[in-house]
Amino acid sequence: MNEAEQAALGAPAPALELPDTSGERHGLPAGPAQAPATVVFWTCNHCPYALAWHGRIVEVAGEYAERGVRFLAVNSNDSARYPADSPEAMRERVERERWPFPYLWDEDQTAAREWGALVTPHLFVLDAELRLRYQGAPDADHRDPALRAEWLRRALDAVLAGAEPPASTEPVGCSIKWKET
Amino acid sequence: MTSLPQVEVLWWHGCPSTEQAIELVREEMGRLGLEPQQLAVREVRDHADAERNRFVGSPTIRVDGRDIQGPGDEPVGLTCRVYRLRDGRVSALPDRAEVSAALRAAIEPGKRA
Repeated sequence: MNEAEQAALGAPAPALELPDTSGERHGLPAGPAQAPATVVFWTCNHCPYALAWHGRIVEVAGEYAERGVRFLAVNSNDSARYPADSPEAMRERVERERWPFPYLWDEDQTAAREWGALVTPHLFVLDAELRLRYQGAPDADHRDPALRAEWLRRALDAVLAGAEPPASTEPVGCSIKWKET
Repeated sequence: MTSLPQVEVLWWHGCPSTEQAIELVREEMGRLGLEPQQLAVREVRDHADAERNRFVGSPTIRVDGRDIQGPGDEPVGLTCRVYRLRDGRVSALPDRAEVSAALRAAIEPGKRA
């Protein structure tokens, strides 16, 4: 195990409340109108795995938006050692690429530890009761766009149908850049 | 007489692509008649090591000391290397053709870009 403890499947997701790139705070639960499914995923600006998978995740977010699925992206990397992950760089990227979901800054890395995020990207799919139902990678190969984040799609389809999601997978990507103590 | 090219993979433990990179380079070396076991594999352990080796990300693949994709203006650091594939996609590994081209250029210096 890394710095983080893994959240357990079926258990309530840890709390989350973080600022996005404009300073607005987002969290779980979202309020009285809870989403039927929520995807919280760790990502960053400098990792080739996160960059390669990003477009696929954005596509899924767009396609599942009409079904009420909520997406939250989180960056927990130590921006002192990795300036490409600074809040300024995050804001620039969100504006340049017109992200369809909030990009949250986990400055003290508490969320990454509580959720057990290990790498970027690392996805967590929650049901309407905010229980963790899937965690892992979007699909089997960051180099193959034809896979279309199929593991994420299957997990969402299952959660939305009230069915059992597919087995979780090993997240693949760049290690979270923990602050040196 | 032509000397054999010195081929090396520099890696850092924070990226999961090391084994795939080594396999890719060894396969291309074998395909071109080079001895795959001659590949030098070196771990970059800390920032000082990265500075010493002008390491801009894992995996870094060099043939006769020349980076196969060119480090560009990437800063030295312990990170995963972002490769731009020939079709424009981003990847944690270079194109196989790019590895092959770098090896060929070293074997046949007249083909060096």
